[in-house]
Amino acid sequence: LSCKVLSSVVTPCYCFVSPQIRVKPDNTGVVTDGVKHSMNPFCEIAVEEAVKLKEKKLIKEVVAVSCGPQQSQETIRTALAMGADRGIHVDVSGKDYENLGPLQVSKILAALAKQEDAQLILLGKQAIDDDCNQTGQMTAALLDWPQGTFASEVSLEGDKINLVREIDGGLEHIKINTPAVITADLRLNTPRYATLPNIMKAKKKKIVTVKPADLGVDVTSRLEVLKVEEPPQRQAGMKVETVEDLVVKLKEAGRV
Amino acid sequence: MAQLIALFLCRCRPPDVVVFPRCVEEVSALAKVCHKHRLPIIPFGTGTGLEGGVGAMKGGVCFSLRNMEQVLDLHPEDFDVTVEPGVTRKTLNAYLRDTGLWFPIDPGADASLCGMAATSASGTNAVRYGTMRENVINLEVVLADGSVVHTAGKGRRPRKTSAGYNLTNLFVGSEGTLGIITKTTLRLYGIPEAMVSAVCSFPSVQAAVDSTVQTLQAGVPIARIEFLDDVMIDACNRFSSLSYPVTPTLFLEFHGSEQSLEEQVKTAEDITQSNGGSDFQWARDTETRNRLWKARHDAWYAALALRPGCKAYSTDVCVPLSRLPQIIVETKEDLIENRLTGPIAGHVGDGNFHCLMVVDPNDPEEMHRVHLFTERLARRALAMDGTCTGEHGVGLGKRALLCEEMGPVGIQVMQSLKDALDPNNLMNPGKILQREEP
Repeated sequence: LSCKVLSSVVTPCYCFVSPQIRVKPDNTGVVTDGVKHSMNPFCEIAVEEAVKLKEKKLIKEVVAVSCGPQQSQETIRTALAMGADRGIHVDVSGKDYENLGPLQVSKILAALAKQEDAQLILLGKQAIDDDCNQTGQMTAALLDWPQGTFASEVSLEGDKINLVREIDGGLEHIKINTPAVITADLRLNTPRYATLPNIMKAKKKKIVTVKPADLGVDVTSRLEVLKVEEPPQRQAGMKVETVEDLVVKLKEAGRV
Repeated sequence: MAQLIALFLCRCRPPDVVVFPRCVEEVSALAKVCHKHRLPIIPFGTGTGLEGGVGAMKGGVCFSLRNMEQVLDLHPEDFDVTVEPGVTRKTLNAYLRDTGLWFPIDPGADASLCGMAATSASGTNAVRYGTMRENVINLEVVLADGSVVHTAGKGRRPRKTSAGYNLTNLFVGSEGTLGIITKTTLRLYGIPEAMVSAVCSFPSVQAAVDSTVQTLQAGVPIARIEFLDDVMIDACNRFSSLSYPVTPTLFLEFHGSEQSLEEQVKTAEDITQSNGGSDFQWARDTETRNRLWKARHDAWYAALALRPGCKAYSTDVCVPLSRLPQIIVETKEDLIENRLTGPIAGHVGDGNFHCLMVVDPNDPEEMHRVHLFTERLARRALAMDGTCTGEHGVGLGKRALLCEEMGPVGIQVMQSLKDALDPNNLMNPGKILQREEP
């Protein structure tokens, strides 16, 4: 399979070093100030898979794409340091960025795939800040391409792709045509670390910035976030001495 | 006897109160309260130390620092970062992923970095990257009276200094007895371009240890060199369903550029083969390397699995490299002679090894034999110009051995420093130094 371009999407997501996520006082969202942005872990796996395919000489070029404000370029740089060849930064900032969701991103990716004449799109299965798990699927639908989601194994065979998917019931083996969209699951590979020499080399690789309008995509959201709340505080538990007591208490609480 | 039993049976010596300060100002204010009322202060990071360091022997106030969990001030160009006590080594390395840097010191647990500074921790790659002593540039410490000191000056992080007394390394390894560490500035390293691991089996302990010594003497900048004796390998085989030959074994890891790896590996292989070592079993890609090392990291559980229902205690002596063959051989003879279960695993590149003593806590006779064995082992190491603790610290159980190791004048100097900084003996009382109780 001589892939002209492999497009790999790197989602910059909020990486909370501490597990303490705080809701904004006005309940419109989560506090993101001072929180470190990192590449979404599943996207790292996708980039790693793309780079591995290139190292096996099964594809020609890996293009890393990220949609977001200026700092998304850092995430692209990480992908370049892992072995991607060039980057495309789709500039979306401010309110547009806060409201950017899977539908808009998939429209952007579909437009880019056509523009770059890509044969394969590799994404993480979901972003760990919103857990939508929709972008890959929507992109495939917009392009009318086959999709292999939750991939834990990928191999190219001629112009087809053999995939093992992790599903609730076990492992599913499928074969799909190219061009195709694949989303990476946890066990697909172990992503390499970006090393200092590779980070230095990555500085010389090109990142091109475009706007969604240039691709003919309208990023207005059709969703409005009404409210973000913390989950209810955990109530203190109660210890009882006997099973009879337990049943009484459960009845009192209307649970049985 | 009392100390070893204390470690096993005196399982939990809880404090009277636990506080969860969120910033150094709160730590200082709380320390002032404790100071005023003469309450013992027990600092707590992750509680993963192995020498009873967080036991509140005289009750008191435990300062759990887990809510201070910021990574502050990363300077990638300067290879340094400052962290608070709630940040563990794995958290920091995950944070540093994109920068091409890492903090290599890796004790078994995912320990608090400030806690690691407090115990002068070390890991599997000390042979190349050093221990906490070499990698802490500055500390922010709250003293027993609540005053806050920056051991190298506030915010300072030069790579080297000759300014005044080395306060930083006074607190590194002080195990909470001189102050509460609330920030540590650490030296970072570049993530190696490439890594290669290998396993090599040997016909004898002597051959394995000789190979270690010779590899280091040949100047190979080896990153990890771990020794497992036949009992340990057998336990690992059973626990992790592996099939390594049941003989003394070395697990090796090399870091560097692709070219430098080739050279390092060639030299190491020549040495091991000349000592009767087997062909190397290789692991180059991340997944295979992780599998290989998992066997070593699971050693503790593998040892416990040898005798279900028993507990394990790890010895920790460290000797100059040239004495390593002798001490391991003598120790194994001692184990066999005294019918003890003590698989050996260790960082032989530093001259440091651990006997994982698996013992039935309900069998006082066996406990006694283990206790005598560990004392003999420590004294054997001391007699060979070594130390009774390479990386775990003194804590409760090794206070008497510390006296033998340092001698009376050395202990007196330590006691003078303790008295100067903590005249009321509030900071983690009963650890490191024995005080004559009235």
